[in-house]
Amino acid sequence: MKKEKISNVPSNDDWDLVIKGHTSLFDVKFRDLWNYRDLLLMFVKRDFVSFYKQTILGPFWFFIQPVLTTIVFTFVFGKLAGISTDGLPQFLFYLTGITAWNYFSDCLTKTSTVFKDNANIFGKVYFPRLIMPLSIVTSNLVRFGVQMLLLLIAMVYFAINGAEFHVTYAIFFFPFLIILMALLGLGLGLIITAMTTKYRDLSFLVTFGVQLLMYGTTVIYPLSSAPLAYKKYIELNPMTGIIEAFRFAFLGKGEFTIWSISYSTLFTLVVLFLGILIFNKTEKNFVDTI
Amino acid sequence: MTKSVIQVENLSKAYQIGQIGTGTISKDLERFVTTKILGKEDPFLKIGETNDRSTKGDSNIVWSLKDINFEINQGDAVGIIGKNGAGKSTLLKILSRVTSPTTGSIKVKGRIASLLEVGTGFHPELSGRENIYLNGAILGMRKKEITRKLDEIIEFSGVERYIDTPVKRYSSGMYVRLAFAVAAHLESEILIVDEVLAVGDAEFQKKCLGKMGDISKGEGRTVLFVSHNMAAVKSLCTKSILITNGKIEAYGDSNSIINLYNRIAINDIERDHIKDRKDRKGNQKVKINSLKLNGIQSNRNIQLPCNQALSIEIEFDIENGNSLNKLLIGIYDEYSNRKIFIDSHANLKENLSLVGNGKIIIEFPDTFSLGIGIYSVNIATYSNNDLADYIQEAALFTILENDFFETGKNIPEDTQILLKNKWTIINGK
Repeated sequence: MKKEKISNVPSNDDWDLVIKGHTSLFDVKFRDLWNYRDLLLMFVKRDFVSFYKQTILGPFWFFIQPVLTTIVFTFVFGKLAGISTDGLPQFLFYLTGITAWNYFSDCLTKTSTVFKDNANIFGKVYFPRLIMPLSIVTSNLVRFGVQMLLLLIAMVYFAINGAEFHVTYAIFFFPFLIILMALLGLGLGLIITAMTTKYRDLSFLVTFGVQLLMYGTTVIYPLSSAPLAYKKYIELNPMTGIIEAFRFAFLGKGEFTIWSISYSTLFTLVVLFLGILIFNKTEKNFVDTI
Repeated sequence: MTKSVIQVENLSKAYQIGQIGTGTISKDLERFVTTKILGKEDPFLKIGETNDRSTKGDSNIVWSLKDINFEINQGDAVGIIGKNGAGKSTLLKILSRVTSPTTGSIKVKGRIASLLEVGTGFHPELSGRENIYLNGAILGMRKKEITRKLDEIIEFSGVERYIDTPVKRYSSGMYVRLAFAVAAHLESEILIVDEVLAVGDAEFQKKCLGKMGDISKGEGRTVLFVSHNMAAVKSLCTKSILITNGKIEAYGDSNSIINLYNRIAINDIERDHIKDRKDRKGNQKVKINSLKLNGIQSNRNIQLPCNQALSIEIEFDIENGNSLNKLLIGIYDEYSNRKIFIDSHANLKENLSLVGNGKIIIEFPDTFSLGIGIYSVNIATYSNNDLADYIQEAALFTILENDFFETGKNIPEDTQILLKNKWTIINGK
């Protein structure tokens, strides 16, 4: 082997990038993430345009799912089972719960398959892998926005027809609630996707796990009507505080306390922190295992 | 002053073979219980060991790259060559940060853009223009950077007319053109290219090679190019790295490295005797059953010093009622350029007409030799103007450096044909 001269090597600090095998667990490249912010928007645009182009009805689909689910819930839980809705119109009660829950569950389920869905692109080119789940969470925001519009239309309709509900000051927490749901879904999704690169069977768990979790959240019943024996378990679910706050903000009924929101926030931050660490650890070598 | 922009130190990458990752939680639990709680031997490691007992102890680990060290200077175009599985792709993947090394490090100065595939992330539903933005961003470009270069990219791709059509309607050629155009306009200091040039038509391939040449020579950017196409490596790269079995076999000037690679490749091929070859075409009415170059059978490793006259000896079997009436022999260099063509029809005054068994010997004068390098021989026989037997790469041979001109001096580089010549020197005074 012909050895090149080493004399003109720049000093160590001159290198822009050092690729090493073992890096610290906390070595998350946030600066890189910022440099690739345009890519995030590009992915969001791609998701939106491709969805729009591939369907006949376009964004109309965003309406159909929550409307049909709400109708079914109203019929089954409201009319047949007669579960209390805190005196709110059943349709509005379920629709607010579903709208918020949908955003969280979309963030969670779609993030949880990031490695599997993007194995090809991740195997061919480097960009900060976190861009992908972040773009998913952002894309889902578009869909959430459309569904919020639906909720607002429904609220106006019920208000005109004299239903009893009122928007409260908690509406100012609305942006914060969205961020909370996004980050919680993201954090859980990151943990799951990192683990599914090794354990494929976990992905089966996610779909019905999320479904079951919904019944452990106050989507189809108000926290106030939950039996005392189970109430504390339901409150342990970080989504409960968020959904209750959401419903309190828009419809004026729900158990909105600073404690429940603080608990949800703390829970979210811990999950997100763990999620980013595990994801970051996995992304380096997952190409070799998937 | 040249300055090194990539410095690779003791780089190694290990892969685990066999089922170590096991795949499901239940299996990992089972493994955990048997090994940690019951204290038994790890069942998965056992599989790894029995597989490779014949070789070495820790057999479930394969080193795809082992202790690689090299440095690349700014503006160099470096080819990376080697057989399949030698570790080229692993090296590229580590350089592109798709996967990380097991040990060692790579230090890089400047931005790296890697093209392990063209059109990564292209979305079929999006238009050409939208895909330029998407693909550019995936490769690390900022949006305004792409906007600035958009016209240039579209022009280079040559698909202006369809730029607002979804790429799912593109032909595969157009798709590749567009994808390469984006990559070629990256503003990175270092460009890593895997065999993406294997696609597209000849004209476009030439354009790509030209563009990559511009990038390294004209713009002073560094290019790493992995390919099996030796002609492309030769024309693009001044230096090359040859990797064999995860180690750097040689690093230096492209011509000598390519020659070395070919020499290694030719020695490694196990070849059948010509009469046992199955990859032949024709009706087999005249079958070649022996081909010798300078007395050496064609399945052997033939190395001929350049000062030895070349002779080709062919033996054949002719089926009853048929005759051999045409013989073609082509000799090709390592870039598949035909150097010598022998056609019995053109070379002989009277047409061939042979029956039964026999032998043909063709001798070249010792005043002539092909240049130093590796050559392959294609051979074909005709019976009554129908193709009877045709074998590609019937033989491979190497012409070795020797004192052709009997001067005791080296043969000039890049000489394709050696001819002894008579000099008459008339000195004026």
